[in-house]
Amino acid sequence: MELYAPIFVLAAIGAAFVVVSMVVGSIAGPKRYNRAKLQAYECGIEPTPQPAGGGRFTIKYYLTAMLFIVFDIEIIFLYPWAVHFDELGVFGLIAMVLFLVNVSIAYAYEWRRGGLEWE
Amino acid sequence: MTLAQGAEPGLGAFGTDPWWITLIKALVIFVFLMVCVLMMIMADRKVMGRMQQRHGPNRFGPLGLLQSLADGVKLSLKEDVIPRGVDRVVYIAAPMIAAVPAFIAFSVIPVGPEVTMFGVQTPLQLTDLPIAALVVLATAAIGVYGIVLGGWASQSPYALLGGLRASAQVISYEIAMGLSFVAVFMYSGTLTTSGIVEAQRPLWFAVILLPSFLIYLVTMIGETNRLPFDLAEGEGEIVGGFMTEYGSMKFTMFFLAEYVNMVTVAAVSVTFFLGGWLAPPPITSFWAGANEGYWPILWWLVKFLAVMFLFIWVRGSLPRIRYDQLMQLGWKILIPVQLVWITAVAVVRILLNEGAPIGAVAAVVAGFALVVVAAVYGFARSARRRRAAEAAERQEELRLMRDDPAYGGFPVPPQNAPHYGSSVPAEGPRSGARVPHDKREEVTGA
Repeated sequence: MELYAPIFVLAAIGAAFVVVSMVVGSIAGPKRYNRAKLQAYECGIEPTPQPAGGGRFTIKYYLTAMLFIVFDIEIIFLYPWAVHFDELGVFGLIAMVLFLVNVSIAYAYEWRRGGLEWE
Repeated sequence: MTLAQGAEPGLGAFGTDPWWITLIKALVIFVFLMVCVLMMIMADRKVMGRMQQRHGPNRFGPLGLLQSLADGVKLSLKEDVIPRGVDRVVYIAAPMIAAVPAFIAFSVIPVGPEVTMFGVQTPLQLTDLPIAALVVLATAAIGVYGIVLGGWASQSPYALLGGLRASAQVISYEIAMGLSFVAVFMYSGTLTTSGIVEAQRPLWFAVILLPSFLIYLVTMIGETNRLPFDLAEGEGEIVGGFMTEYGSMKFTMFFLAEYVNMVTVAAVSVTFFLGGWLAPPPITSFWAGANEGYWPILWWLVKFLAVMFLFIWVRGSLPRIRYDQLMQLGWKILIPVQLVWITAVAVVRILLNEGAPIGAVAAVVAGFALVVVAAVYGFARSARRRRAAEAAERQEELRLMRDDPAYGGFPVPPQNAPHYGSSVPAEGPRSGARVPHDKREEVTGA
């Protein structure tokens, strides 16, 4: 825990600065009510009504997020292997290459099915 | 002594500082980050100005050095507008979520060896962990939440689009970034940042692992949403992106987070690839004390500033790329290249470790080189074919447009369209057999 404590010290200093400056900003500025000012900015036209919670958006983002999870888990497996690379030797290499090939199958599948195309 | 220290050798120097040394170091890091951000914003504008044949800010303070400080004060005196309809809690929390984690990552960056500070023997590094490299990645990932939540809570289409783009972009580039560290860990054998710097004493990893370093440089620009990858706030398309609805100090916090993140990723590149605080090789050959005492801070700063300058240089040189190009670069180029590169490094290192004959190693290297050349050739071929197809399509479109002004474009009523009260007789659809222009019957309507 001694190792982690300094991180919390730095985080506390940063958080204090952020909170104080945001409070100062909200106090120091003028307050002039204006109905149009409170509307969402859309280059001057009437703002589009937004459904609560953001509404729907294109499924591409979900596909990207799913592929990200696959690769993030791959990275999580790669790190311990990389750190103990010399001890694991040939066995570790073969195991990892097999694992990489497995992940690459999913990757190649998504690529061929157009999951990586953004138009 | 904690379990972690027992498990990981080389961390004995950490976690033993008295509380006031920790506080001093944390404050120094905080002040350094703030000064760095102020100077970086100013340098950004001044260097960009010089690259564009103009002066940049030069009014406030000597040489305009205090310009960003003045900007900050002015921003804090602006009205703190919270638009109607926003999700207030998330809207206010988002800038904090973006800014606070940005500070954390710097705590594991080593800027020097052990020195005597006020009579206490302590390393020039706030702390080090057995998983220090993961802290860097984790804080970089948490920062995205601020952007996504800020865009989502604003209840504005531009902000939502900016937030979504930023999240997709950052997670895409995070994979390539994480993969570029794998080769580094293979060579260092540790995740502690001080251990990684020590491992570079014979030779910097930027030299041994050049492809990893180059890909890291690309991903660090993508990760911090800087030009040419600043699609999340592309002014030409989505106004201000996720921060469209933010003003006053909340906007400043997003801005601060962006620049602190730049400082952090630059510091990480120095630590992981450019030898951290180690003096550049020629210096140590004639000056043995170059890596002692407080001097390493100088070497660290020089490398750090060089990487920071790269940020501005890239921004001044390259135009913003399209969103599909951005995702294509991340998913179709950087990631496969990294996977092949990691495999190549692993195979070659295993062969060297096992004492394989040099001919076998050379054969393996040649094999990987062949794969790379084939892949590049295939990619270039497919790109050329696609470009040719696009050109043909465009030619066809131009031809159709010449024949029919209303083709595919804005629905302008064609001048020969049938309508009420006209003496012009209706013409048949143009798609059938075309009548050559000169053979067409002239209809004047007179």
